[in-house]
Amino acid sequence: MSTNTAMPSPGVARVRVPERSVRQDLRAVKIVWQRELIRFFRDRLRMFTSLLQPILFLFVLGTGLSTLASGGIGGLSLRTFMFPGVLSMATLFTAMFSAGSIVWDREFGFLREMLVAPVRRSTIVIGKCLGGATVATFQGVIILCLAGLVGVPYSPALILTLLGELLLLSFTITATGVMAAARIQNMQSFFALVQMFMMPMFFLSGALYPLSNLPSWLQVLTRINPLTYAVDPMRRAVFDHLDVSAATRHALVSGVTWWGWQVPSWLELAIVAFIGLIMLGISIAEFRRTE
Amino acid sequence: MRKIDVSADGGVKVKQPAVSVRGLAKRYGKVEAVRGIDFEVAPGEIFGFLGPNGAGKTTTINMLCTLANPSAGSAAVAGHDVVSERDEVRRNIGLVFQDTTLDNYLSAEQNLRFHAELYGMPRSVLPERMRRVLEMVGLWERRKSLVGTFSGGMKRRLEIARGLLHSPRVLFLDEPTIGLDPQTRSSIWNYIEELKRSEDITIFLTTHYMDEAEYCDRIAIMDSGRIVVLDTPEALKASVGKDRVQIETEDDAAAIEALGRQFGVEAEIHEGSVTFAVAQGEQFVPRLFAGLGVPIRSVSVSRPSLDDVFMSYTGTTIRDAEASASDHMRMFMRARR
Repeated sequence: MSTNTAMPSPGVARVRVPERSVRQDLRAVKIVWQRELIRFFRDRLRMFTSLLQPILFLFVLGTGLSTLASGGIGGLSLRTFMFPGVLSMATLFTAMFSAGSIVWDREFGFLREMLVAPVRRSTIVIGKCLGGATVATFQGVIILCLAGLVGVPYSPALILTLLGELLLLSFTITATGVMAAARIQNMQSFFALVQMFMMPMFFLSGALYPLSNLPSWLQVLTRINPLTYAVDPMRRAVFDHLDVSAATRHALVSGVTWWGWQVPSWLELAIVAFIGLIMLGISIAEFRRTE
Repeated sequence: MRKIDVSADGGVKVKQPAVSVRGLAKRYGKVEAVRGIDFEVAPGEIFGFLGPNGAGKTTTINMLCTLANPSAGSAAVAGHDVVSERDEVRRNIGLVFQDTTLDNYLSAEQNLRFHAELYGMPRSVLPERMRRVLEMVGLWERRKSLVGTFSGGMKRRLEIARGLLHSPRVLFLDEPTIGLDPQTRSSIWNYIEELKRSEDITIFLTTHYMDEAEYCDRIAIMDSGRIVVLDTPEALKASVGKDRVQIETEDDAAAIEALGRQFGVEAEIHEGSVTFAVAQGEQFVPRLFAGLGVPIRSVSVSRPSLDDVFMSYTGTTIRDAEASASDHMRMFMRARR
């Protein structure tokens, strides 16, 4: 590196771009991640609007519906039950929006700046997914702060468990979004697609109602919905820290079953992680292609 | 094809070409965007690709900067093959695209920092290098501002600064002045010329502005995916030799017919006026008035320009070639000097 600080203006402060290495790749991941954060925290409006919907579900829909079963279900408020579902909802929208920014980047050209850089394409995709996961988890944390208002205790163990699960979910959702975004040319189509998939996924995830005693067609649909496997462990974690009778717990958190077999939380989380990694792999492959 | 004398800069050492292209072609489905082109660019040269929109200039640049794979042929940039040594090429080139590729939600400084990290620039040299490129394009004072608040010209300048940040050996500028006002265009050219003086760099650019091509050391004229001619602007103009005369008449068809019959001159209608080329145009004009027999409303005579070069090699003016272009600014082609 032949740089000389004392050199006057016409002197060439020449930089040499180093060979590709793991360290360089990590720097690339980090800067792509950092950009997501800078953009997210600069856009206060987006932060606010994407929080509005989950809060509406939790406090308006949740409160309204609980009047149907006065006194709650087994002494438990519907809002407490819905809390993990609303948590996942908050991250769902933010993570999708983050992933969608790839379409935006393509439309506004910034993607090209990243694609001609002498780094592995995978670093850009990984940085993007981690960035989306971070900001989506951050949105989740804001909802998490409201836990006390709906009767969920602020236990450190619970908070940590939920945080970890949120991070995993956010990563998988972002990776899925990036995979879709890689093929889509404009923002309208991306959001049309997201709208088409997101609401059904949310409604079929058990975020709003228990998964037991459903008619069989709904049983099947909920079982093939990946989001189900993220919401269920979060709900179990919450109920582990609640003081409820075994009967109530059984009625509300029977968990996900496959032909009568109870799927353990660790396997559910492994499924979410596995889907995330597959989506990440597909995204990387898509971005590696040159025309 | 003439070779440029590279020893002009002191003749220090024999250098490999900055860009070397052999039989390069690109096909998109049935469309042949580039149909086999060959050329070399010497280090330190300002090399221009001139041609109408759709001639294949951008496709060629995309192949040279590893964004598109050639369908046939090969190309090397800074001594590295664009297909097999893609990363090497990417490390050694800077790019300024036709459309802006900045992040509007980041500040000027953050955009540059993003670039520096992505290119793995040593952190110790970054502040100085950043200051240098930003000062060069006159944006140092605005470094903290969000790029979204910049004008089109400022964005283009920032992109040039970013393209230079990692000291590339070849800087590609795809239509660097498109869509900018004349004043900003000329300031962009000042930067490019300063660059040539102060940085050890080769500049490869495309343009469809004829007047801009004159800033280049050598020009390749491209039309329908082929290079029709490649030479210095002076040599190209000399090769045309004749002056261009444009006349407005009461009856263009009769005028064209009369020109052929009376003077043996082949005329065509370009940009709304009867256009033809003759040696020593000024002396031809009096004879024209005396012998044409069709009332003439106006006459303009121009020394050979690159427009004429383009016309004589492609049979059409660049404006006619892209009639859709919205920037019709002048009715008459005027002599530049």
